[in-house]
Amino acid sequence: MSRQHTTGIWRWLKGLMLKHAHRMITCKEFEDFVLNYLDDDLPVAQRSVFELHLRLCRECRDYLAAYQRAQELGVATLGPGEEAVPDDVPEDLVKAILDARNQ
Amino acid sequence: MLALAERMLRDRSLAEDAVQEAFISALRGLSRFEGRSSIKTWLHRITVNASLTKLRQLKRLGEQSIDEHLPEFDRQDCRIEAPWPYLATVQEILESDELRARVSAGIDELPDSYRIVLQLRDIEGYATGEVATLLEISEANVKVRLHRARAALKKLLEPILRGELSK
Repeated sequence: MSRQHTTGIWRWLKGLMLKHAHRMITCKEFEDFVLNYLDDDLPVAQRSVFELHLRLCRECRDYLAAYQRAQELGVATLGPGEEAVPDDVPEDLVKAILDARNQ
Repeated sequence: MLALAERMLRDRSLAEDAVQEAFISALRGLSRFEGRSSIKTWLHRITVNASLTKLRQLKRLGEQSIDEHLPEFDRQDCRIEAPWPYLATVQEILESDELRARVSAGIDELPDSYRIVLQLRDIEGYATGEVATLLEISEANVKVRLHRARAALKKLLEPILRGELSK
């Protein structure tokens, strides 16, 4: 039996288990919970189902790790950066605005 | 303000225009500034609004497809995801100027309607409700767009994260 064939059977069995077994969700359903899970915004019962899927599914574990790493990389790249001009508003500008408002 | 507008618009010249318009808005709205928020927060918000107006004028915030960059599933709804024997760290990637440029180019491939949600929530720190108000869309839509933007970013940056591109 070829490796590809074995992998196919394994995926088919995994799909059946995730779709029909108690407290299981499919990978597609898992996708709907990712944002709320990372925001720590899932009710306890849903969180436990999500984490059970994570323990059982190599693909979703790898996906979630890469998803979070891409997010960190995006933040590091899109953010102000260490060498950027500070966002602080200069004191003289603050004073000028307040003076103008009080006139 | 210029740095913020440039982050929002990904273009220096457009950012300069947006900041100029932000200053005009600030002067016009000065009498309405009640001092409830700090001036920094107030100017930040005005700059974000000016940048969003610029994006709307350029019709860059319309609905755009991102489907080609979203996760894939088989007929049983199982995820199709090749194994990750290696996942590069952020530090490793940003040490290389070439990889940093590739990351930036990858981010530029995100449609603006998705990138801007990522920018406002993940970078500028606005809450979901505030992003919804700024973009005039529902909170549910903000969440959907944010998740899709992050998922698409993962796919766009995948060769870099897998270490497949030389440093």
